[in-house]
Amino acid sequence: MNWEAFWLTVRLAGIVSTLLIAIGIPIAYWLTYSRWRWKFLIEAAVALPIVLPPTVLGFYVLVALGSRSPLGRWWESITGHTLAFTFEGLAIGSLVYSLPFAVQPFAASFGAVDAALLRASASLGHSPVQTFRRIVLPLSKAGLVTGFALSFAHTLGEFGVVLMVGGNIPGVTRTISIDIYDQVQTANYSSANQTALLLLLISFLVLSMVYGVNRHPWVVVPWR
Amino acid sequence: MLALIFLLTGTFATAQEITVAAAADMSAALPELVAAYTKKTGHAVKLSFGASGNLTNQIRNGAPFDLFFSADEEYPQQLIAEGLASKETLYRYAVGRLVLWVPSDSPLDLSKLGMNALLDPSVKKISIANPATAPYGRAAAAALRHFGIYDEVSSRLVVGENVSQAAQFVESGNVQAGLIALSHALAPAMKEKGRYWTVPLDAYPTLNQAAVVLAKSKQQDAARKFLEFLRDPEATALLTQYGFSLSAEKHSSGERVK
Repeated sequence: MNWEAFWLTVRLAGIVSTLLIAIGIPIAYWLTYSRWRWKFLIEAAVALPIVLPPTVLGFYVLVALGSRSPLGRWWESITGHTLAFTFEGLAIGSLVYSLPFAVQPFAASFGAVDAALLRASASLGHSPVQTFRRIVLPLSKAGLVTGFALSFAHTLGEFGVVLMVGGNIPGVTRTISIDIYDQVQTANYSSANQTALLLLLISFLVLSMVYGVNRHPWVVVPWR
Repeated sequence: MLALIFLLTGTFATAQEITVAAAADMSAALPELVAAYTKKTGHAVKLSFGASGNLTNQIRNGAPFDLFFSADEEYPQQLIAEGLASKETLYRYAVGRLVLWVPSDSPLDLSKLGMNALLDPSVKKISIANPATAPYGRAAAAALRHFGIYDEVSSRLVVGENVSQAAQFVESGNVQAGLIALSHALAPAMKEKGRYWTVPLDAYPTLNQAAVVLAKSKQQDAARKFLEFLRDPEATALLTQYGFSLSAEKHSSGERVK
């Protein structure tokens, strides 16, 4: 069991899912309330990572953001290194990779808030931002927890992007899924088994939490 | 409808088709060999590349390959010992060479500095293949130790899944130097893009390139026929063009070829 890889992956997933709360809420807000006719294009773009092979993302991080591209050179001039083979590179790749897993539950729960409540809030003199903060956000708690948990679990299991741009550096980019891959490739099955089992349990726990917060209370307490 | 079924099932017409698992250092040379072979005999060969250690593990787990090209004689020997490959077919076709490769725009003078070029501050990252599964990765680590700079550069090593990925990391400019296969440095895709320094043979254990027919293959004759083709002058000429030759001293120690 490679604990260094395990904690590195937990750190990566924690950072990515926290950042996705900050980035995802404004995007989900806009997707919920905008009436722009071309909104569906943005919706499609946000959902893209669900169907896009991670290798496509890995390719872009490596080449479009590599040291031969203007964007890559700009990044290098600021930070002194390229994005590939760094923890930041993995984090940026994972942000894109897990974006829909945060934004879609956010937007779904924002959209489920009763419009009458929003009108009532507005008639009482609240600005749209105040209404969002005081009415929509508290009523969307389950969606926020779901988005956080799903993007956390999705980042935990990321493999393709990391294999392509990680460089397998211990303590920097060797994540738990890469560790399992290495263990299997060297026929070290007992170690792979332990790690795989742990990942399976964590994924199950996270998903149980997602379904737990989203369950309908009357199923558990039928008389209410 | 029938035509569609034939399309989907595909390979029925070429009964002689074999599938070859090959070390990543053959990724440029082997397709050319196969093209020459197919032109000559009409037989098709499917190729699957990876780190020799990964492929060995896949073969152990029942991967349906007929022939295995390894970048290290150790892996075929293991398969023979396990009864998964036939000993009498083992053919050592070349000695693999490790090179230090830098992109054309690199300021490093490899002929003067040799391996010590890696100590230059402009080299922020160095790509090597994974020593756990790739013979070239083990050779790279051994060579760095041989020159006494392993500890100094170990924090800057970036590990490719196989030697092709290590080559791609440096070819794409994401790292400043790479310890890769000579066959990649000589391949058309990289030839014009950089310079290399051949790491002397005494710096790492010999990379005996060896091919072997796998015991579970249902195409024993076809696999042996392709192996036989490797001894053909046309094939050896092609292999030599990619730096694969049996005369280990062809590229002498430390020679800067380009």
